[in-house]
Amino acid sequence: MKFLQTPIHEIETAAELEKIINENENVMVCCGRMGPMCIPVYDLMEELEEERPNVKFFSMAFDSPEAGVIRNAPECRGFMGLPFTMYYKNGKVAHATSSIQNRQQVTSILDAKF
Amino acid sequence: MEEKFDVMIIGAGAAGLTAGIYSSRSKLNTVIINEGVVGGQMVLTEEVANYPGVESTKGYMLANTMKVQAKSFGCKIKSNVIINEYDFNGKEKKVVLDDGRIFKADAVILTPGGRPRSLNIPGEDKFKGTGISYCATCDGDFFTGKEVIVVGGGNSALEEAVALTNFATKVTIIHQFDHFQAFEHAVNEAKKNPKIDFIMESELREFIGEETLEKVTIEHLPTGKMSEMKIDGVFIFVGYLPNTESLKNIIPINERNEIIVDRDMKTELPGVFAAGDCIPKRYRQITTAVADGTIAALSAAEYLRG
Repeated sequence: MKFLQTPIHEIETAAELEKIINENENVMVCCGRMGPMCIPVYDLMEELEEERPNVKFFSMAFDSPEAGVIRNAPECRGFMGLPFTMYYKNGKVAHATSSIQNRQQVTSILDAKF
Repeated sequence: MEEKFDVMIIGAGAAGLTAGIYSSRSKLNTVIINEGVVGGQMVLTEEVANYPGVESTKGYMLANTMKVQAKSFGCKIKSNVIINEYDFNGKEKKVVLDDGRIFKADAVILTPGGRPRSLNIPGEDKFKGTGISYCATCDGDFFTGKEVIVVGGGNSALEEAVALTNFATKVTIIHQFDHFQAFEHAVNEAKKNPKIDFIMESELREFIGEETLEKVTIEHLPTGKMSEMKIDGVFIFVGYLPNTESLKNIIPINERNEIIVDRDMKTELPGVFAAGDCIPKRYRQITTAVADGTIAALSAAEYLRG
């Protein structure tokens, strides 16, 4: 079931997330709600989708039980701000951020990690 | 790459999107160039209950409706860009983006909006998302059963402090003055809430912790006395700043960094208009931004058509 009204493809299950990160070299997943800290990141990802064909962009609903795989990830320990944004390289977590990020912050992570 | 338009709008908040709707509907070839997120401060508003004609909606939904409306009239929107250069002298106005793209137009409407003010003290960047938040609606539930500080003395600070008592065991409001700027009803609501404490005439000086925020340093302003307070989270609501830094030497700006306009939203530069939260005014609401954007677009159309 989809919860997020964004053009970014929403991952609905932990199994789907696992499949995506194993089948794609570079993956960014924004796990959030339809709130003011999350929407700017979804908007940014929508634009980066056109500019960065080497990266796959996805969203995931923070309140879905299936998103526990992100909420409870060791890389998200201490996170207390939405969204939780994960960057996966070859199936492994390469970086994770908490709270809103601007274009410069996101692209610098993409440049450094991917 | 270079593109030429009739009207170029800088900023895609309520004022910019409205200007885009009016301008493109007037059959003027219009582009909105936006450095932030489409919707501006609107998307930071959880619930909009006082926008006439709309019973109650989410800020992001109202913003999205305005965006779709502007696009339906042919308005182009380029968002999340970085503008490196402005040139508003002469008949043809120009902006250059950091990726080399150039946009030109015969009229410009500046609607850069504002942004939440930060404290700019040590530790603020480090603990953003790990103890520091600017949105109680978004992050309040992470602080269930914890103690938090709210910084500020306006309506947002006091209303969000009351909202946070639904999650936190204790909320301490820290404010730099001995009185609040918020409306009386907001102050009364906060004062009668048993979970809320007040520290007046004080400011935060530092955020301290290892992986997450653990404590803050507070200065009592009249005495200069510094103290530390253990805390789980800090919510910052200390007003808004106009996004006009990059326009300072390009357009007349007042001492509060607001763009000076006349009643038709004209600046001193011919063909350059401004609207929304970036201009001097007392009330900053979606409705007032929409009104400003309308006037600016109609003035720009009149300028272009002589």
